Amino acid sequence: MPDLSINFAGIKSPNPFWLASAPPTNSGYQVMKAFDAGWGGAVWKTLGVPVVNVSSRYGSVNYRDKRMVGFNNIELISDRPLADNLREIEEVKKRFPNHAVIASLMVQSRQEWHDIVRDVTNAGSDGIELNFGCPHGMCERGMGSAVGQEPEVLQTIVEWVMEVAKIPVIVKLTPNISDITEPARAARKAGADAISLINTIQSIVGVDLDQFAPYPIVDGKGSNGGYCGPAVKPIALNMIKNCAQDPNVRLPISGIGGIENWRDAVEHILLGASSVQVCTAAMHFGFGIIREMTAGLEQYMVEKNFNTIYDFVGKALPNVKHWEDLNLKYKVTAQINEDKCIGCQLCYTACEDGAHQAIALREGSRVPEIIQENCVGCNLCSLVCPVEQCITMERRDDGTQHQTWKERTEANNIPTTFNDERAGGLHHWVPEPAAALGKERHKTLPGKARAMGSPAEATATKASDVLTAE
Amino acid sequence: MAEFSTPTTEQEFDANFAQIKPLMSNTEALYESSRCLFCFDAPCIKACPSGIDIPQFIRQINTGNTTGAAKTIYEANYFGNACGKVCPTEVLCEGACVYNLNEQKPIEIGRLQSHATRKVIDSGKKLFGPGAPNGRKVAVVGAGPAGISAACELRALGYEVDVFEAKALPSGLTLYGVAPYKITNAETLAEMEYLESQFGYKVHYNQPISSRRELEALEESYDAIFLGIGLGRTNALLLPGEERANCIGAVEFIEQLRTEHHHVAVGKKVIVLGGGNTAMDAASESSRLGADSVILAYRRGKEEMGAYEFEYDLAKGVGVKGLFNVAPVEIVGNGKVEGVKFIRTAIQDGQVQIVPGSEFVEPCDMVIKATGQAKQTHFLQLIPGLQLDGKGRIVADARTGQTTNPKYFASGDALNGGAEVVNAAAEAKATARGIHEYLSNQL
Repeated sequence: MPDLSINFAGIKSPNPFWLASAPPTNSGYQVMKAFDAGWGGAVWKTLGVPVVNVSSRYGSVNYRDKRMVGFNNIELISDRPLADNLREIEEVKKRFPNHAVIASLMVQSRQEWHDIVRDVTNAGSDGIELNFGCPHGMCERGMGSAVGQEPEVLQTIVEWVMEVAKIPVIVKLTPNISDITEPARAARKAGADAISLINTIQSIVGVDLDQFAPYPIVDGKGSNGGYCGPAVKPIALNMIKNCAQDPNVRLPISGIGGIENWRDAVEHILLGASSVQVCTAAMHFGFGIIREMTAGLEQYMVEKNFNTIYDFVGKALPNVKHWEDLNLKYKVTAQINEDKCIGCQLCYTACEDGAHQAIALREGSRVPEIIQENCVGCNLCSLVCPVEQCITMERRDDGTQHQTWKERTEANNIPTTFNDERAGGLHHWVPEPAAALGKERHKTLPGKARAMGSPAEATATKASDVLTAE
Repeated sequence: MAEFSTPTTEQEFDANFAQIKPLMSNTEALYESSRCLFCFDAPCIKACPSGIDIPQFIRQINTGNTTGAAKTIYEANYFGNACGKVCPTEVLCEGACVYNLNEQKPIEIGRLQSHATRKVIDSGKKLFGPGAPNGRKVAVVGAGPAGISAACELRALGYEVDVFEAKALPSGLTLYGVAPYKITNAETLAEMEYLESQFGYKVHYNQPISSRRELEALEESYDAIFLGIGLGRTNALLLPGEERANCIGAVEFIEQLRTEHHHVAVGKKVIVLGGGNTAMDAASESSRLGADSVILAYRRGKEEMGAYEFEYDLAKGVGVKGLFNVAPVEIVGNGKVEGVKFIRTAIQDGQVQIVPGSEFVEPCDMVIKATGQAKQTHFLQLIPGLQLDGKGRIVADARTGQTTNPKYFASGDALNGGAEVVNAAAEAKATARGIHEYLSNQL
């Protein structure tokens, strides 16, 4: 059996799954319930001077019938008195001594930082997470992302914390910044033990088309919020990779952003995270999702022969390169498996309109055909195809040649003028522009007229066109 | 043992004849529309006789634009709501859905279509209107799917339109001929009211056109005449005993059922003669009316029935039993029907051959003849120069619907010999354009 336990910068946890600092960790009741369900740790809802919240706090991005593929909130840090939280932390730690309880903190003055760090340490916290990420409400008061966006300020505050900290300190970073490694380096310089990222992304999650106001709507008005949920995972993965590859950061990373299942968690880990934090998925489906996550992770580790999490932390990092280091001689083209094709022709229209006109339709068949010489191997058709393994990208080069943009640049073999002979697409065939005209114009006609596509029908009045101007 | 108990109230009737394609809620429509792949040159569009841009209207439902969805549907087919419910979608749009090829459930296109159209019908939203008056008049004979569709399109093109209908209500077989579990009277009539209020044609009910004199009057007063007269009564079997009480035609039976609901009495043991879709309907309906046993008798084998497979499945599902390779020779009884004398058949070289000496009597107390509808040849012969083909169908130009008497145009069952509502609606729309082309060229 693989060992799922971790020691994250000195914080021990039976598995790498922690609840992120957010509504699911607002109370001892919730954290105990989560630990009972199987979560390894919890980062407590951020403590500080208690706030006052608005009613109507969350908004969601729905995609077709899928709810909450993106999620945002305008809730602030804990609105409960510190003493209540400390008492509950103590209670949780007594009951679950081997689980990780991390106190998330956000205060202003050096004295407040010193006081609260001591308080949560005395309550039995295993670690501290500094919330330098919240992008709404708190940042306007000089806290949260206002700190995370100013590496020097961040460094100063981390130094204040380190003056008194006796337990590991994690700095939580905001993604609302051009280069995530800058605050990460500042955290290291200040002596932090680890970083966690990403916090939420400043966002407007949607606009109500009738009330002309952004979601979530508070009495007819709204405000920017913090974006999270499955949709943000790609942004998180990239930033985790950036920090993990930076030689000046070299800190354990707790990965946060769009983790909903074991696969998401493994992706974070492969790019350098050694613990992962989850919020939206728990808010959507409840704490029970942990069973799928641990079971999936365990199964993956068994299949890959990994004994511990550390066997694959950052395992994908060596393969994440700069673009200029990719092999320009590698060549794939699409192949349609005719037995599997159901004839939706999404690949055709995607390639025709969105790529390189490398897929043709055939008379008498719904199964499209790849025009191999036009195919640049962009993957688009294989991405839009709704049938598993129907369109595959097949390697066409023999694998013996390797040449990167960097090498070509060094060899002085790159296009340098606007009409350079070395242009990559110089000999790529494209149809004459005017060949596009009329190709699909008949589709704007209703009913049978569309099918017949006759010019007479094209000019005839549609019943709806004569809707009198009333 | 009867599958259903005899309905005695409207509620019991509704329960026995529950809609097989019930209305979709907003949530169900969202989930179902989300499944659509939005195929390029989608096979569902090609399979639809009226060419509705199905992926477009499904996308419109999915993006919360149900009004736009209804408009897309109606632009192609004025019987959009009815077709969503009564079309044999299993062999048309839904049968063509690419999901079938992946062994996945096809999109429920019919129900989505009715969902969208029902919304605009209920709201009464104005989507269409008559075109600027062009000063010309067209008479439409028959307020069925063909006649009403032609009337809508002609109004949109600016014609004054009078529809003459022999019966008391519009929509033809949609109201009088379709099984009650496919569409309710209220649904059918709501769409008719919606169309009439949008386009403003005039329907003259209880006004059959049946004499040369009446036709002459139309010829004098109108610039063109559209024939949407459909088919006639059930074909006679020409068998001894056919006149006995409780031996009735399927078309007549279904019409009675649609108008009188649970007040229609059905026998305890019913034999339905025929193997087409109407036979399946009549058999299903008999069972749902509480018959103890319903036998579907067909002179060929099961596989040779004209009915769609799903229609036979539907009948089997309510307890109908098939009796194949039998031909009726006599309706036996004493005043009332007491049975059908059959003779067994065999198929040789595609021909039905009787098996000598194999007669037997299957007892029953009701016989429903679903043996096809007669053409209205007698009426059509009143129109000078109007040609019919060997099967009694009106001969007309395939594109314009113009008959061999240039003033007369035709669509629907009278032209195609008997097809679906959707065929009539699609043909009539094209024929209305044919009328427009003809009259425009006359100026």
